[in-house]
Amino acid sequence: MSILAFIETWEGKFKKASFESAAYAAHVAKELNTEAIAVVINATDDPAALGAYGISKVYRVGDAGDFNNYVWANTIAAVAKETESTGVIISGTFGGKMIAPAVSIALEASLVTNISEKPSSTNPLTVRRSAFSSKGFVDYAVKSDRFILSLIPNGIGVPAPVDGTAEVTSFSPVMENAPEVKVHEVDRVRGKIPLPEAELVVSAGRGLKDASNWNIIEDLAESIGASTACSKPVSDMGWRPHSEHVGQTGIAINPNLYIAIGISGAIQHLAGVSASKKIVVINTDPEAPFFKAADYGIVGDAFEVVPKLTEAFKKFKAEN
Amino acid sequence: MKVLVCISHVPDTTAKINFTADNKAFDKNGVSFVINPYDEFGLTRAVWMQEKQGATVTVINVGTAETEPTLRKALAIGANDAIRVNAEPKDAFFVAKQIANIVKENGYDLVIAGRESIDYNGSQVPGMLAAMLGWPFVNACVGLEVEGEKAKVIREIDGGKEKSEISVPAVIAGQKGLVEEKDLRIPNMRGIMQARNKPLKVVEPVDAQMRTEAVHFEKPAPKAPVKMIDPGEVETLVDLLHNEAKVI
Ligand SMILES: Cc1cc2nc3c(=O)[nH]c(=O)nc-3n(C[C@H](O)[C@H](O)[C@H](O)COP(=O)(O)OP(=O)(O)OC[C@H]3O[C@@H](n4cnc5c(N)ncnc54)[C@H](O)[C@@H]3O)c2cc1C
Ligand SMILES: Nc1ncnc2c1ncn2[C@@H]1O[C@H](COP(=O)(O)O)[C@@H](O)[C@H]1O
Repeated sequence: MSILAFIETWEGKFKKASFESAAYAAHVAKELNTEAIAVVINATDDPAALGAYGISKVYRVGDAGDFNNYVWANTIAAVAKETESTGVIISGTFGGKMIAPAVSIALEASLVTNISEKPSSTNPLTVRRSAFSSKGFVDYAVKSDRFILSLIPNGIGVPAPVDGTAEVTSFSPVMENAPEVKVHEVDRVRGKIPLPEAELVVSAGRGLKDASNWNIIEDLAESIGASTACSKPVSDMGWRPHSEHVGQTGIAINPNLYIAIGISGAIQHLAGVSASKKIVVINTDPEAPFFKAADYGIVGDAFEVVPKLTEAFKKFKAEN
Repeated sequence: MKVLVCISHVPDTTAKINFTADNKAFDKNGVSFVINPYDEFGLTRAVWMQEKQGATVTVINVGTAETEPTLRKALAIGANDAIRVNAEPKDAFFVAKQIANIVKENGYDLVIAGRESIDYNGSQVPGMLAAMLGWPFVNACVGLEVEGEKAKVIREIDGGKEKSEISVPAVIAGQKGLVEEKDLRIPNMRGIMQARNKPLKVVEPVDAQMRTEAVHFEKPAPKAPVKMIDPGEVETLVDLLHNEAKVI
């Protein structure tokens, strides 16, 4: 018996969300008096380093080719079967969401997604998940012998690494029984943290008036190393790419800090961002509904306040 | 080409969420329900296939009789017919099993679902369905062109997009991008009239074990009041973010 963490990679490097999965697996394993192990596919990073997050053994899978959700899922399921893992932890990244349902079918396992807390009970395993676009929580009990838990990226956070190295062993990818996918092109932003994984997010709405004004938003984001996001009308009008659209019908995020500039705070917008740990709102209208959901607020004109805040952040960064 | 569009029946995006007094269920009192927004994009994409490629479009929902107005709305938007599997959709595995059964019985060339239901935010049903059928699966699909036995698809990945080619039949979990916001259709009078006479077949569920059980519902704790900062004192904000909130 063991608890298996899936370690997702990007261009060979472990994704940040993978460390959360590793640490979560270690936690669940401890509660169940067993060990946490991991499976990593197509990694160039050293799997032994996962020992720092409580993993004792890593199954390293190479040469799995371009991403194919069934190859990944069947390989994870094969490791789970070989190691008699009762639980599999997978981050709810875009990749993880392609994989987890297929793993649950392959293992006849219960699947609980959207998790941002540790299990509240182990018999039966019961875990709280976010639902209703952050307007509620639901505790789920699993009913199968095996369970798959999918975590909200950046939900629990990555704990500080401890001393430890994991034993590494090779495992072959399961290439058969997977419908073919020919990947033609992958287009991904460079040098920026993908929005779902971002700890700091600077976001702006229709209050910015025009796409050409986004330089002040970019500058603010850059001053603290934040990712940028936007409200739905902004992406609908093509001022910003769709991948930046957050909210009920866009990406749901839960960064440590969300700075909302010139966004009114419609219920559909809040649905995607209210799980943020701290929210700052900058808006000319003191009655903007967003202030009710905020931790800190400034009533003011974005074109005056934002450049000043950028300077203040730069000064802070220079001193700290 | 036969296209099946999965329709989740969900609370309207502005709905206030409440739970029953015993915290054992979602309280539907006073809540109006709509077609899951992600499914609307898929439905419109399917209707385009009907208009341009001669596809027939069937919509399906696993739900009790109260979801029928939502299915009728999908018919008014342009689907040819509807199927309702008569069961409370309590668990994604159960729902996927019902849809898989209908797919096997009727034989479809493509299934279009949504990226997630905006009520339980599960992101489970389409991926499970695809795995049950052994079909290719594309999640968070923002581009779809079906040509014969092949489909060119674009899906969202963390921080970008991936273009690929798959074979059909396949299961697509879509979102905005399959069609744009401006392309979404609002049912007109003629569509609503026609929808009344379109077939809506009710079938009983097949046996399937639930694999999860919702045991407790809870609302988030109320937020502390906002701290207002003078626009001339942005340094105060920086200080609070560092020392009080500890986020920078
Ligand atoms: C089914 C459905 C789904 C939806 N999904 C989403 C979603 O996922 N995400 C989303 O964001 N929206 C969504 N919406 C839209 C949502 O209802 C709002 O219309 C939208 O969020 C408003 O965007 P906004 O705040 O940028 O613009 P507005 O509501 O126009 O607000 C602009 C704000 O900027 C302020 N402002 C103006 N000038 C300045 C200035 N110089 N400095 C500072 N502030 C200024 C104004 O006071 C105002 O509060 C959805 C709607 C529906 C019906
Ligand atoms: N009860 C249901 N009936 C029909 N389709 C559903 C049902 N539940 C979910 N779906 C489909 O699966 C998608 C993802 O839902 P979920 O896995 O619940 O987040 C939805 O957008 C629908 O297309």
